[in-house]
Amino acid sequence: MIEASIFGGLLIGLASVCLMLFQGRIAGISSIVYRAIFELKFESWALTFVIGLALGPLLVATLNGPAAPVFDLAWWQVALGGLLVGFGSRLGSGCTSGHGVCGISRGSARSVVATLTFMTTGVVTVFLMGMLL
Amino acid sequence: MMVYITALVTGAMFGAGLVVSGMTDPANIQGFLDVTGAWRPHLALVMMAAIAVALPFFQWVLPRLSKPVYGASFLAPLSTAIDQRLLLGAAIFGIGWGVSGLCPGPAIVGIAYLEPQIFGFLGAMLLGMQMADRLPLGSEKS
Repeated sequence: MIEASIFGGLLIGLASVCLMLFQGRIAGISSIVYRAIFELKFESWALTFVIGLALGPLLVATLNGPAAPVFDLAWWQVALGGLLVGFGSRLGSGCTSGHGVCGISRGSARSVVATLTFMTTGVVTVFLMGMLL
Repeated sequence: MMVYITALVTGAMFGAGLVVSGMTDPANIQGFLDVTGAWRPHLALVMMAAIAVALPFFQWVLPRLSKPVYGASFLAPLSTAIDQRLLLGAAIFGIGWGVSGLCPGPAIVGIAYLEPQIFGFLGAMLLGMQMADRLPLGSEKS
């Protein structure tokens, strides 16, 4: 899985480079999804990008890729997780991709702080869930 | 037309990267965050590999370019403030990320698996975005 992680990461980095090179935009998925759904008239390419994202598994499946992920979360995790991820990424202007990959690559102090912050609260959350559940 | 094709291909490349690296699986995300348990370090490798490609471009190539292939100018976030909004948003995002093992990229990629939980997550995520827009803090253009 080490090779796969590195290869996958290289693809993500390359896609982030391409989006800036061609579209002139940061590959922040939360922002792009927001534009694709709520501001499509300003950024019509955003929806095409989102469709491309969802085609990823079909591409990889033809290459004998990894097994499909398992989604066996409890429904409260789905609902609460989705709500907080949407709320937090909008309020904090970014998620794992925009702050974690592009922001750090741009040398943005804001993104470094955001990434350290969500990593920390994520670790604490998983630790608490392990203790309480 | 070409602008849409490149956006589609770029999105597919990003999505393929998430699939290949296993980052679409909530267990791998929660496993990464589970530093006191059975830690799965792969997310760190994925991020480091992505940054290894993106950082040289953003630092040394981008400053030499005048404009993107499509569009008038390179757009980067204007704000440089490390404010309450950023810290609170990132902290809340991290809690949701830990609770579900999902973030926006993997959730969109997950549509392809036609899993009910992915659609539930995306619905809740869009609702959460709308709620953030309705905060008295006002919405910030990214």
